[in-house]
Formats: sequence, C-alpha cells, structure tokens
Amino acid sequence: MAAGVISTSRRMLSNRVFLWSCLAATMIAILLLSVLMVSIAIEGWSSISWRFLDSFASRKPAQAGIKAPLLGSLWVCAICGLAAIPMGIGTAIYLEEFAKRSRLKRFIQLNISNLSGVPSIVYGILALAAFVRFFGLACADEPWTLGDPESLFFIQFPFGPSVLAGGLTLALVILPIMIIASQEAFRAVPPSLRQGALALGSTPWQVVRLVTLPAAMPTIMTGAILAMSRAIGEAAPLLVIGGFLLVFQTPTNLMSDFTVLPLQIFNWAGRPQADFHKLAAAAIIVQLVVLISFNSVAIIIRQKLQRPLQS
Amino acid sequence: MTQPSTPVRDADPATAPPTNLTSDPRGSHPSETTAISMRSLNGWYGSNQVLHALDLEIAAKQVCSFIGPSGCGKSTLLRWINRMNDTIPSARASGTLSLHGIDLLDRTLDVVDLRRRVGMVFQKPNPFPKSIFDNVAFGPRLHRTYSPTDLEELIEQSLRASALWNEVKDRLDSSALGLSGGQQQRLCIARAIAIGPEVLLMDEPCSALDPRSTASIEELIRELRATYTIIIVTHNMQQASRVSDTTAFFYEGRLIESGATDVLFTNPKNRQTEDYVTGRFG
Repeated sequence: MAAGVISTSRRMLSNRVFLWSCLAATMIAILLLSVLMVSIAIEGWSSISWRFLDSFASRKPAQAGIKAPLLGSLWVCAICGLAAIPMGIGTAIYLEEFAKRSRLKRFIQLNISNLSGVPSIVYGILALAAFVRFFGLACADEPWTLGDPESLFFIQFPFGPSVLAGGLTLALVILPIMIIASQEAFRAVPPSLRQGALALGSTPWQVVRLVTLPAAMPTIMTGAILAMSRAIGEAAPLLVIGGFLLVFQTPTNLMSDFTVLPLQIFNWAGRPQADFHKLAAAAIIVQLVVLISFNSVAIIIRQKLQRPLQS
Repeated sequence: MTQPSTPVRDADPATAPPTNLTSDPRGSHPSETTAISMRSLNGWYGSNQVLHALDLEIAAKQVCSFIGPSGCGKSTLLRWINRMNDTIPSARASGTLSLHGIDLLDRTLDVVDLRRRVGMVFQKPNPFPKSIFDNVAFGPRLHRTYSPTDLEELIEQSLRASALWNEVKDRLDSSALGLSGGQQQRLCIARAIAIGPEVLLMDEPCSALDPRSTASIEELIRELRATYTIIIVTHNMQQASRVSDTTAFFYEGRLIESGATDVLFTNPKNRQTEDYVTGRFG
C-alpha cells in the first residue's frame, strides 16, 4: 500500500512548479513585448508630429513623413477586407453547411490547411503573375483602360502594381485564415438550432441566413480581426508585386501607385543614417496605433452583434 | 373539453390542408380518421437496422405515446415522420409511411412543406438566440408575409395556446434565452404551433425539465389534443398514461404492442409490455 502513495506535500509542490512555469511563460511574452514597445517609444516618440503624419517621403529626415504609406495601408486593408471576408465566410458556409462528406470536400479542406502555412512571399509571386500581369495573356503590351485616370472609377487591365493588386494580394494571404476561422465559428453553433429551424420548414439557405450565420457572426468577426491584423503587417508579398518604396501621392483610385507602412519602415530601417531609424520607430508607433484602433472597432462591432444573443 | 379555436390555420386558407387528401382531418369524426399510417416500415442507419417491419395507425386529433427502452427506435420513427432523418446521410427506410395518404418516404417529397405541416418539439429546449417575439414569429415569417398587426395577433394566439402568454406578454422583446427551461420548452411549442401544423411530434419534451414544468407541459398537451395530432416519445410511464389516448410499445426496433393507453397499461396482452410498464425492466 504505502509504496504507491505519493505524499500530499509532493503533489502540492509539483502543482506549484507547474503554476509558476505557466506564469513564467506568460511573463516572457509580456516582457518581450514591453521591451519592444518601450525601446520603440523612446526612439520614435520625438519624431511623431502632425507634420510627420501629413508629409510625403523625403531625402531629408526632418521633412520626411508617412502620409502616403498611412493612407496606402488603409486603402490596401479596406480592399483586402472587402475581398477576403465575404469570400472566407462564403467558403466556410459551403464547407460547413452544404458540402456533403466527400473526397472533394476532404481535398479542399486539406489544401486550405496547407495554404494557411504557405509563406506570404509565395502569394506575392502568384499575385504578381495573376493580378499585376494577368499571366501576360491579356493586354500585355498596352494596358486596356476604362474611365478617366484622374477619377475614382478608373480601371486598367492588367492591374499593374496598383493598390487594387496590393489589396487582392493580401486577400490571398489571409483567405485561408479567414476560411478556417469562419469554419470554426459555424462548427460552434449548436446543431440543435439548425434542427429547430429545419423542423419549422426552413430551407437550408434560410437556416444559414436566419440562424447559423447570425449565431456565428461574433466569432467570425474575431477571426476577421486576427486576419486583418496580419494583413496590415505584411511587407514581403507587396514588395514582390512592386509596391513602391517612395510614393509622393495618396491613392485616388484603385489603380494608384501605393506603398504601405511596413514597406516604409523597411525602407527607413535599412538606411545608414540614424535619423531615418528614428523615423522608422515613429512609423512603427503609428502602425501599432492603427492596429489597435482596427482591433477596437472590430471588438465594438462584435459586442454589438453579440448583445441580442445573451439573456 | 372545450375546443380552443384554431386561429392560426383559419386565419389563412393557404395554410389549410389541401382538399385532395384521401381523408379530411377536420371531418365530422376527427377521432375516427387515421392521420399517420405505416406498413412494414423498416429503417436503417448505415447497415444497422433500427426499425423492423412496423405496422401502426395513428389517429388524428389524439395523443399517441411511443414508449420503450432507450435505443428501441422511437425517436428514429419520429424523425421519419417529418423527415428530419434527411439530415443524417446514412439514414434510409423501406415500406410505407403516410400522412393523410401522402407518401412520406417519397424522395421527391417537398420536405420544407411537410415540416410546415408536421411540427416538432425537441428533447432539449432549443430556442433561437433571438427575442421571444422573433422566436415565435420565425416559422410564420418563413412561409408568408404578414402585416404587423396580423403577426402580433398570431404571436399572441400561439403564446396563449402554449400557456406562456401571461408570463411573457410584458417582455416579448427580451431574449428567449432568459426564460427558464420549462418556459423555453413552452416557447418551442408556441413556435411549432405558430405555423399551424396538423401534427406535433414531441421527442421526450419533458426529460430536461423539473416536475413543475413537466406538469404544465402535460396540461398543455391535453389541451392541444383537440386541435392537433400529437405523438410524444417518453420514458416516463406515468406521463404516457396521463397524457395519451393510445400508446405504442417498442422494443429493439419492433412494435411489440399498441392500443388504447388504459388497456395497454392495465391489461397488456404481451408479456414484455407488462414487464416494461410495470417497471420490471427498461
């Protein structure tokens, strides 16, 4: 009997050890983040000013600003979200609510999981061929244009290294994440709700539109937040499709040249002058602020949607 | 028993049962007519046969209880009557199963229309995460458009019919998830009868409820009997004897005995039935 008994004090000890190791793991993450934030803040804070936000790039650090990359980031992210979120939700609805268990579905599922692990630069190469050049198939020599280049509704084919191509590129990058997050959201809706709606004579589409989609929406929004946060921080695929490092205008339509904050940071951080490093740090602060406000807006939307669900 | 009005269906001729049926459920002798009949009905999930050659007739506007130990096929049978088994890819059936002469096993049957005529109440209350009003209005809104006043009237009638109106009339806009379990189940019944079904299927509707809520649901079933054909699956012998006119006893996917409830409980013909209803097994 006695040989098998583990004393209470020993079990309490291992309990405490486990607790402390978990706490230490958490602390390391928080500590690293704080070190990053503090060092960036110290280096970049002095450069933050209205002039910095409202100026274009310049060879002189004292005159350089982030107007173009800031607005470029917002344009690219808006296009990316408009493309990727509906497509992700639609794919998830098909896979979770309509597709029967089949080899095709398993194949699609496997590939979505694989795609979510593909390095983003690979999507950049794909997008360069697909969006920027249309695989060299159509209008390769001279772009075919539609509308007035100065107006908001100007389009050209192929898209070239434009803000539209950039947004669609990032949409490719986050689409797998978006699909997987939406699928999880649909899986979390209790089957009893679907059964209840079906038993009242709903068509499958009515079940989705009236019951499962509203119930899954808050979780989908969480997934969208995470996906968009990743999109706004991407530099590599946009570099591949030809995002510009020095842009002296803000986007006026979908075909405008563009740059984004991560590209600007990359550019400044790579220069030898210390003053540009300060600008890079300042741009990082702006990037973090944009990220946090994105997330807060999404959290507010999520809570608004969630309210009627709770008692 | 006083016959409650059936405003839900009378208000709208479009939802009344088609006239070309073999028998009219609202004929002069409603208790005489057969609502649901099955002939050598077999059912499978994959290769596992769960229903064996069932022959049973269920009378219109009566309460019929399905009793039997777990896994005897009661719920499976129930789910064939409104074709909820369509959601299970491996489910299939052979033989005949009909509702007022309509072949319920027909692959081309419009199941959306069938489920409008055959309502279902589930074991666990499953109100939608919406307001009380929207829960009851869910079914009616699927099938036709209503003027706001007509809809409000229909909601009130349905909630009155399910004996919930007095408890919720002041908070129709609050979430259905804030109701107690028994209230939620009565809300689900209101939701089911708001579309004016002919048949109500109840799959152990009281198994997740406390005795008091159970009593109120049983009371409700006795009142609804005048208007609807009700089939109730239950594990509770007392409940079956309290609420039902006829009872069918199933064991291992076979129908062992069926008939008037008082006869089946007091003077069963079959030995297994007697053992089960007296609590010697199951």
